[in-house]
Amino acid sequence: MNDPAVVLSGVGHAYRPGRWVFRQCTASVGRGRVLAVLGPNGRGKTTLLRLILGTMRPTEGAVAILGQAGFVPQLFQVGFDYPVLDMVLMGRARRIGLLAQPSARDEAAALAALDRFGLVDLARRPFHELSGGQRQMVIFARALASEPEILILDEPTSALDLKNQALVLDWIRRLSHNDGLTVIFTTHHPHHALEIADDALLMLGESQFACGAAAEMLNEDHLYALYGLPLRRLSFEHGGEMIETLAPVLRIEPRAKTPG
Amino acid sequence: MTNSSDCGTEALPGLRHALLSDPGRRWPMTAAGAWILPFLGLALAVAMLGSLCIGAYPVAFTKVVRILLTLALPAPFGPDPTWTDAELAAVQVIRLPRVLLAMLAGAGLGLSGAALQGMMRNPLVGPDLIGISSGAACGGILAILLDWPPWGLLAAAFAGGLVALLAAWTLAGLSRGGGVLPFILAGVVVAAFFTAMHGLIQYTADPENKLPAMVYWLIGSFAGATSDKVAILAPPVLGAGGVLLLLRWRINLLSLGELDAAALGIRGSGLRWAIIALVSLIVAAQVTVSGIVGWVGLIVPHFARMIAGPDHRRLLPAAALIGATFLLVMDDIARTLAQQELPIGVLTAGVGTPVFAILFWRLQVRGWSHE
Repeated sequence: MNDPAVVLSGVGHAYRPGRWVFRQCTASVGRGRVLAVLGPNGRGKTTLLRLILGTMRPTEGAVAILGQAGFVPQLFQVGFDYPVLDMVLMGRARRIGLLAQPSARDEAAALAALDRFGLVDLARRPFHELSGGQRQMVIFARALASEPEILILDEPTSALDLKNQALVLDWIRRLSHNDGLTVIFTTHHPHHALEIADDALLMLGESQFACGAAAEMLNEDHLYALYGLPLRRLSFEHGGEMIETLAPVLRIEPRAKTPG
Repeated sequence: MTNSSDCGTEALPGLRHALLSDPGRRWPMTAAGAWILPFLGLALAVAMLGSLCIGAYPVAFTKVVRILLTLALPAPFGPDPTWTDAELAAVQVIRLPRVLLAMLAGAGLGLSGAALQGMMRNPLVGPDLIGISSGAACGGILAILLDWPPWGLLAAAFAGGLVALLAAWTLAGLSRGGGVLPFILAGVVVAAFFTAMHGLIQYTADPENKLPAMVYWLIGSFAGATSDKVAILAPPVLGAGGVLLLLRWRINLLSLGELDAAALGIRGSGLRWAIIALVSLIVAAQVTVSGIVGWVGLIVPHFARMIAGPDHRRLLPAAALIGATFLLVMDDIARTLAQQELPIGVLTAGVGTPVFAILFWRLQVRGWSHE
């Protein structure tokens, strides 16, 4: 594995004493690699991301993050209807002094980040007027405007249609492969993880984790243990390329009737 | 690491061209909106000169300008025989302190309201609505009761405002949901408590001397403006207001909410407390010199947002300029509308309540972020 960019050593978090969200999570993410974090609702994926970002302290263990991180939240609440450029400019916060205002260079960096996503034409538009996919891209651009070494994304495709999902996944892949960014993202879609992640961290239980190469971790047994649903790993050819994906069997097995 | 060339300035000219060719709705920013602040500054200057002209003893506009120039630059202009002593006294002694006081109070309240609304992501927040003014007034009349000197009154009003704001914030924090309504309700509760305290203090005050002084002070007026009062109000408004202006881009970040701001590397709580302290200082100083002048800090930021857009880099100076102009015009009306001078607090409340009702209706119908 490359030099680590993020190291988790026995990390655990409890919002109230004794009520652990998870504990004893140990994993590391190599520089320039893509890590997918998977787990059912309430297992602590977002909490784990916030511990990595440093916006919360772990109740136990230690988090080492070796580089500056940019963050794309799952939900972005905007108090005021800022123009798109102002939204992206906020990504420069770490590089602007407490009493200083953004400089022309900061604005150029924000514009360039927008330009990467082909959104520069929308720079003066109010953020609320954009579609869900465009907003997600703007938040992506905001994270990139900070010139991060590590990009952390919380369910980046959760509110997007299929095409926009593909677009976001493609961007994650490009940012990792072309720019060398380390990417950590949470997802409820194992096939997204299989498509673009180098590694996968499965949050199986309160203190039960599986971490390793995505192709090995995302097997049918692990995923059944993770979701309680069977998933089938499928391979097929598309455009001369072998595609490997995962398909869930969305059937809830009937519970055994209790006697009497 | 992102390739540094991607964020370089060399890409800027083409991007700027793309921006200028964007046909969509845009906020009035950069070149397109550069006229806004100079226009508001010009409007304030006109309102100031007009205010110096009008009154029971009118003074010609050209004389007012020459008197001001002579006061500011005595050497090149020297004494001008075209004005009478009475005209000089009307402008210099009576109206100038009053105009400066109204401008400083309006600028401070507009700035404070815009900063609070931005920081709390809350359109219905104003220094008076959430109890700061009531707390400051309570501290002030306590100082009157105890015969404290003017600076003691300022300190007591400041402490009262700060206590009220902390109480409102703490009460709102006890609610599970968070958001706009708990903070408003907490402010109403805190304001009601301090209003009750006003009553208690007034009840115990000497009805011959101190009670009239308290009532007159609370009702809000610039009638007793003096250069001493200007000297009390100017340092908090210019100093604390100047710091708020320097923090104006940070208020954009705080308006994202605590978690999002933290993800951008902003440790928000210290900054929030600093802004609260600055706002409390401004409002307490304003209440000290002119009593409770309600609604200005609530409605002026909305006007400013409509004109200058939501970016606090432009919104804060716009709110200061609009607040100063608004209160100046209100004071002109207060002293010229009727034979007897009207309390300015009554006038601003008369304008503020219907505007607040309209804002509340818009909030229900459209959502305030689309203002």
